[in-house]
Amino acid sequence: MDFTPEKQSPILEVSLLNKNFGGMRTIIDLSFELAPKECLGIIGPNGAGKTTLFNLLSGIIRPSSGKILWFHQEIQKKSSSEIVHLGIARTFQNIRLFKQLSVLENIRIAYDIHLTYTPLQALLRTALTREEEKKSAQAAMELLDVFSITSLAHQPAGSLSYGDQRRLEIARALALHPRLLLLDEPAAGMNESEMYQLVELLQWIQKKFHVSMLLIEHHMAFINGLCDRTLVLDFGTLIAQGTLEEIRHDRRVIEAYLGEAVT
Amino acid sequence: MIRLLDEFRCHFAMLRKHTIGLTRIFHTDHLRRSGSQMDTALISKSSSGSMDSYSRRQTSSLALPHQPSRPPRHDQYEISGLTSFYLVVLGGCSSFVIPELCSNYITCILITLAINAILCVSLNLINGYMGEFSVGHAAFMAIGAYGSAIITVKILPLIPFSLSSFLTFPLMVVAGGLLAALVGIPLALLSFKTRGDYLAIITLAFLMIVKSALENISYVGGPRGFLGIPPLTTLPWVYFWAVVTFWIMRHFIHSKWGRSIIAIREDEIAAEAMGVSTRSAKMMTFVISSFFAGIAGGLFAHQIQFINPSSFDILRSTNILVMVYLGGVASLSGSLVGAGVFTILYQILQPLGVWRMVTMPLLLVLLMIFRPRGIMGYQEWSCFKLKE
Repeated sequence: MDFTPEKQSPILEVSLLNKNFGGMRTIIDLSFELAPKECLGIIGPNGAGKTTLFNLLSGIIRPSSGKILWFHQEIQKKSSSEIVHLGIARTFQNIRLFKQLSVLENIRIAYDIHLTYTPLQALLRTALTREEEKKSAQAAMELLDVFSITSLAHQPAGSLSYGDQRRLEIARALALHPRLLLLDEPAAGMNESEMYQLVELLQWIQKKFHVSMLLIEHHMAFINGLCDRTLVLDFGTLIAQGTLEEIRHDRRVIEAYLGEAVT
Repeated sequence: MIRLLDEFRCHFAMLRKHTIGLTRIFHTDHLRRSGSQMDTALISKSSSGSMDSYSRRQTSSLALPHQPSRPPRHDQYEISGLTSFYLVVLGGCSSFVIPELCSNYITCILITLAINAILCVSLNLINGYMGEFSVGHAAFMAIGAYGSAIITVKILPLIPFSLSSFLTFPLMVVAGGLLAALVGIPLALLSFKTRGDYLAIITLAFLMIVKSALENISYVGGPRGFLGIPPLTTLPWVYFWAVVTFWIMRHFIHSKWGRSIIAIREDEIAAEAMGVSTRSAKMMTFVISSFFAGIAGGLFAHQIQFINPSSFDILRSTNILVMVYLGGVASLSGSLVGAGVFTILYQILQPLGVWRMVTMPLLLVLLMIFRPRGIMGYQEWSCFKLKE
């Protein structure tokens, strides 16, 4: 066992997590850890429980048993908005933008968690309120600039192309200034060049904003470009973890995707 | 009653669909879009070094000329902040002058218009901005009306020294509003778990409960009604309350709380994932909305001097709904326009007698076909917007 001094304590610890929907066990005794600034990929066949895991981590559903520790604090009973305030932001597999609102408004709603004015100050529209509102609009524009969608700022989010909607959703999650970003199939529906661009963008974001990432993806090239480690889920259990090279030769992973070898 | 409700649901669904359709037509301009994408590729080059390779890939396929992006809409009604301030002052002055110059009838219509505008904007907060469907708004109005009437008629005479009505009237109206806001809390609690059609049914039930409760309390006159309310509502007073309501609503809508309830309308799960506490936002919305409905109720009671439970039935709620959808959802200007058009049409159509009841719904049907989001739906005059 090598406990080298460089090894940092994990920011997220999931221990013996279970989720049952009636008799259906979607997540079974799942345990893993996430180090600061780490990017962890999650793969697995359809129905493996990947999105359920994200819903558990982001507080949309509650686990049946088990613990989720975020900076040594239990968060499995907290509501979705409380978890966001603690620094875990997510995107959705089926894009959930505020479709009728403009791109800028989408970002501003997310940025609102940093605004500190009170209802009375909002009502009287004091200097603080005006200043914060102005700052939020500026910050939103800067973020759009990073994602190269500045010129679409006043378009309704629903009118954007699929790839732009995905990027806007990531931008919106980043506006929350999270310490952990949960990305649910960020490259779904993108063509190859858009995908490579997104990989570069995410690498850059990881360096600049120092966020950890947990990402579900089916494109191995995407995982390969971003993730340090990868977890493989199948029927709610963790069947393998390690680098992509390690899991590629894992017998159980091959069985999960291709079926057992005929003997 | 249920059928009536259902009809409204239909209109509402149609309205949503058309709005989305319209925004697509207005905004999906492929040439401009591809041009601007090219433009953003260049911006990305300057903003981050790591994306250079992508920018180069994109710039190699440049074919379209630079096109500026579409500026935000609704610039056609540009009124500066100072002008709108003068307009408000002018309105205030004329509210004192009009009762002297014009007939009682005109003054009465203007008072009704202002009360309707307050009702309309308060319902718009729930139905337009938050995207729920409340049909129980008359109940809050009733509670405001009865609350302030009780204070004026039963409690004030008990005070040994007499106070001028000029001082006490705003307090009575506010008391009515607070009472209505208090009653709005249980409805807000119910809205945590239910939404859409189910919440609409709950608000309908709520309205029936309030109405039959009032019919059975003999202290407030039961079904006979509450008599002897002094005529304290004057045009300057309702004007003052309407301005206050619109002013508060404008600041609320353009604050982070306003944005959070709009987010709930668009997608509740996404709103929650953006750190919006949907429960407190819903609570706030219901409390504010019912407070102003209560204010309107108090003003109404002191205008017509007689209230009975049957003046706060489903028909009253329906009228407010008509005003909201006529004027336009999620729009303060729309609320004003809706209340104005409705109140004036209601008077103009008086000679038609019974046929008025046919004309109004017909108007609504035509409106839903030709302009489904209402006159000012999702749009705002600049005087109702706030500068950054």
